Amino acid sequence: MYIPTIGCEVHCELKTKTKLFCSCKNEFGGEPNTHCCPVCSGFPGVLPTLNETAVEYAVKAGLALHCTINKFSKWDRKNYFYPDLPKAWQTSQYDLPLCVGGYVDFMLDGKVKRVRLNRIHLEEDAGKLVHDGGVSRVDYNRCGVPLIEIVTEPDMHSAEEVVAFLTELKSILKYTGISDVKMQEGSLRCDVNLSVAEEGAPLGTRTETKNLNSFRAVSRSIKFETRRQIDELTSGGTVKQETRRFDDNKGVGYAMRGKEDAHDYRYFPEPDLLPVVFSDERLDEIASKIPELKSARISRYMNDYSLPEYDASVLTADKEVSDLFDETVSLGIDPKKASNFIMSEVLRLAKSDGSEDVELKIVSKTLAGIIKLLLSDEINNLGAKTLLSALWGNASDPRKKAEELGLIQSNDEGEIKAIFDSVIEANKKQAEDFISGNDKLRGYFVGQVMRAAGGKANPKIINALLDKFKAEKS
Amino acid sequence: MDILDLSLCELSAAIKAKKISSLEATEACLKRIEKTKGLNNFITVCEEEAIKLSKRADAVISSGGEINPLLGVPIAVKDNILTKNIRSTCASKMLENFIPPYDATAVAKLISAGAVLLGKTNMDEFAMGSTNEFSAFGAAHNALDFTRVPGGSSGGSASAVAAKQTFGALGSDTGGSIRQPAAYNGVVGFKPTYSAVSRYGLVAFASSLDQIGPITRSVDDALVLCKAIFGKDVRDGTSADVSLPDELSGDVKGKVIGIADEFTEGLGEKEREAFFDAADALKKQGAKIKRVSIKSFEAALAVYYVLSSAEASSNLARFDGVKYGRRAESYTDISDLYEKTRTEFLGDEVKRRIMIGNYVLSSGYYDAYYVKALAARTVIKREYDEALSSCDALLCPTAPSVAPKIGSEPDPAKVYLSDVYTVPVNIAGLPAATVPFGHIDGMPLGVQVIGKAYSDGDVLSVAKAVERARG
Amino acid sequence: MNGISDEEVQHIAALSALKLSEEELKSMKKHLSSVLEYFKTLDGVDVSDVPPTAHILPFVNVLRSDEPGESTPTDELMRNAPESDGGAYIVPRLVE
Repeated sequence: MYIPTIGCEVHCELKTKTKLFCSCKNEFGGEPNTHCCPVCSGFPGVLPTLNETAVEYAVKAGLALHCTINKFSKWDRKNYFYPDLPKAWQTSQYDLPLCVGGYVDFMLDGKVKRVRLNRIHLEEDAGKLVHDGGVSRVDYNRCGVPLIEIVTEPDMHSAEEVVAFLTELKSILKYTGISDVKMQEGSLRCDVNLSVAEEGAPLGTRTETKNLNSFRAVSRSIKFETRRQIDELTSGGTVKQETRRFDDNKGVGYAMRGKEDAHDYRYFPEPDLLPVVFSDERLDEIASKIPELKSARISRYMNDYSLPEYDASVLTADKEVSDLFDETVSLGIDPKKASNFIMSEVLRLAKSDGSEDVELKIVSKTLAGIIKLLLSDEINNLGAKTLLSALWGNASDPRKKAEELGLIQSNDEGEIKAIFDSVIEANKKQAEDFISGNDKLRGYFVGQVMRAAGGKANPKIINALLDKFKAEKS
Repeated sequence: MDILDLSLCELSAAIKAKKISSLEATEACLKRIEKTKGLNNFITVCEEEAIKLSKRADAVISSGGEINPLLGVPIAVKDNILTKNIRSTCASKMLENFIPPYDATAVAKLISAGAVLLGKTNMDEFAMGSTNEFSAFGAAHNALDFTRVPGGSSGGSASAVAAKQTFGALGSDTGGSIRQPAAYNGVVGFKPTYSAVSRYGLVAFASSLDQIGPITRSVDDALVLCKAIFGKDVRDGTSADVSLPDELSGDVKGKVIGIADEFTEGLGEKEREAFFDAADALKKQGAKIKRVSIKSFEAALAVYYVLSSAEASSNLARFDGVKYGRRAESYTDISDLYEKTRTEFLGDEVKRRIMIGNYVLSSGYYDAYYVKALAARTVIKREYDEALSSCDALLCPTAPSVAPKIGSEPDPAKVYLSDVYTVPVNIAGLPAATVPFGHIDGMPLGVQVIGKAYSDGDVLSVAKAVERARG
Repeated sequence: MNGISDEEVQHIAALSALKLSEEELKSMKKHLSSVLEYFKTLDGVDVSDVPPTAHILPFVNVLRSDEPGESTPTDELMRNAPESDGGAYIVPRLVE
């Protein structure tokens, strides 16, 4: 029985205003080579200047992930030729990274699982290559964008476990405020190191599958690579140490071509960048800038709002969702009501496209307005759902929009009673069945009354009328 | 009076007094460059730009504005120091068409001080060499003897200053590249403390050793250039503010000058005599001579070649035919493009250094060479610091002898030996000035004054005392 | 150490992105051998318990504040490019 052993290298781009070593804007996209200068384009004679905020962000990540921060940290050159690397070296950290150790705890099959981290270092991103016919086009807009590389220990053994780990890691990173962690824009990417071995046997030869940019791709590539290695070994072959890619469209992995055997990066200390040294005071100062993290929020929701643990963890899984919840509550909405509505309705819209990136297109003020209309019975559940969809990405006034869409329901008991009576009159047979105990017909009557009222009758009133009718007649 | 016989300081005074215009001085230099162009000291002469800048300087002078000592003074700049919109080749075929989009900080400072940029001087390709014979644009010649090398790598700058083609020049010094050619041409060269001059825009050879500095006809002239180019630069995180005096006293009375036995052990008889004459001259001016010891002296050259080649192998990897510079005509894929481009457009010596560098950094050899050299660097620095803790300055020969004949040493490894007296200074990051003192066969010898880090003014002051003794 | 092999020289040439002809290989090998032989003078320095010096400077923590500055116009950057199109550098198609 072969078991895979998996470790990850997660690259996370930092949300600084400027690049790691020059003042060019750190912005996603843009026309090719428009966020560039001689420094990030690797011109002769240029020198790097280290972005203070990038260092601070990397340390924040380390503190949030329980790492030890190296008091003395330095920069090194990782030398290799590739067109997306204009200096022909990547400025990175080799033997003295900013952060060492650390761990991520997460739930898997109802149990707490811990993945240990080996290190987190700060380095620069490479440029982008666009393959186009017989040529590749080189764009350095992304070149020099600061990123942290989070290296785990080989503590994982299944695709599900890796995805659960990544989900939690992504969530924590988002809470620290250092990154957008958008996999679709490449601000979070994952390399997977995987080997298989029989249970209890020493670890096998590992391969590295690079640049996976969705949880789906991570999961599928792990399943693919596990199967491939097992097939290789069981058919009498051996696993070759190599760098691989995974084609998510075709669902297959393949070894990268090129001189992979010549991997000799010739790391040496970067002479142009001086070391970074931290005092305890400076580390305390950075720690004080870390916003409230997920675990603290879960406790707060459970203690202050009496939310069940499940609700608290669903609400806090994504920072933006949790922020929306907090703001909605601060606008006077009952926490339990806000929580129910966000969990049932908002999250459905926020993740509709099946992506792991949550996209909230509603602000707390609008959301609070919708929930208020619902709680005051001015709209019903269905109306609230319709209204939320209508206001998703469109910040109009909820009440006006509800009126415009005719969602404001009637609470006029006399008016509804008149309609109710006429419906009973027209459905005598069903009314008798209902009285004699066929409660399934309740829905039928609510629907009929609602239809006759043009969908605007408060269903609570209709139900109350039905109860009264049944009690009187039986 | 010939304008070209003036020192930089004298010209500066004459321009200020409106006795000579910047345009006259500039035209005199350009004429001289043209007349002596056989020296091959310039890769690019920017005549139009120079005339324009000199006229602008003259306009400032006639308007009576603030006058910087460099206002209107013609200066040449080594071709590895980038000049915006002016071709900067580093004497390499690789960059023969390279037009930088920015000015090196040192150049920007010269220009803002009002200096007139005459052109870009010849050098060993990417500053790797000690004779100038490794220039892709042909070797420059020694200003004093056409059959001899001008030294390297800043050979063009030193020969241009000696040939009175310019009143001063910038060079760069990684292991002696300012001081050795200055000595070979009988002029003054100064390598400042590492960090005193911004390296932004200096095409890196060995980043932890490189430093820009002046080559001039007098020590006072060197101070004027230093005052213009020194200073912390936000674009260079390894730069720092190093203070300089307004003028140099040249007073060595009571100063302790150290001489290490190791400095003179390998010298020839005549060279040794000249060197001790310089020491005596300082003694006559009231200095005390003290014997010191630098035990690691002999290993410094190996340390230098390990470290400088390692850094160079990385620094020069960016010349790959993608972003700037030359690209091979035909290639099958990206690796082929890299290899053909670099093989065709980098010179042999550059390739040798890159190969050495990649060898000492490659897995399996890293600890035996690179890490060991870094540790030896610590030892060398400690020994220099220790010697300088009991002395005001050290006195050392600049080069083993006078400038050799062009083509006289075919073994590239042997040529490295001529850097033996200069490289320890770069390894320890110290300031050092060379001043001409003594002759052999009519060719000048140089003597080096080495000081504590950040004592650049004191070094120049002692150098001025040596210069005075020379008469 | 001075017994550097042809394969080693070729390996280093590959790391350097250089092609060596038969003749160049020979002279490069000779040069490398003599330089490596010379590097033995390093053994004359006692470096036991001596920390390496990666930076000669006595300062640390040189940092830039995260304030955006001007980028360089794309055409100025492209001016020296051997081949460019639409603001991008052009290289032969890469196969992964």
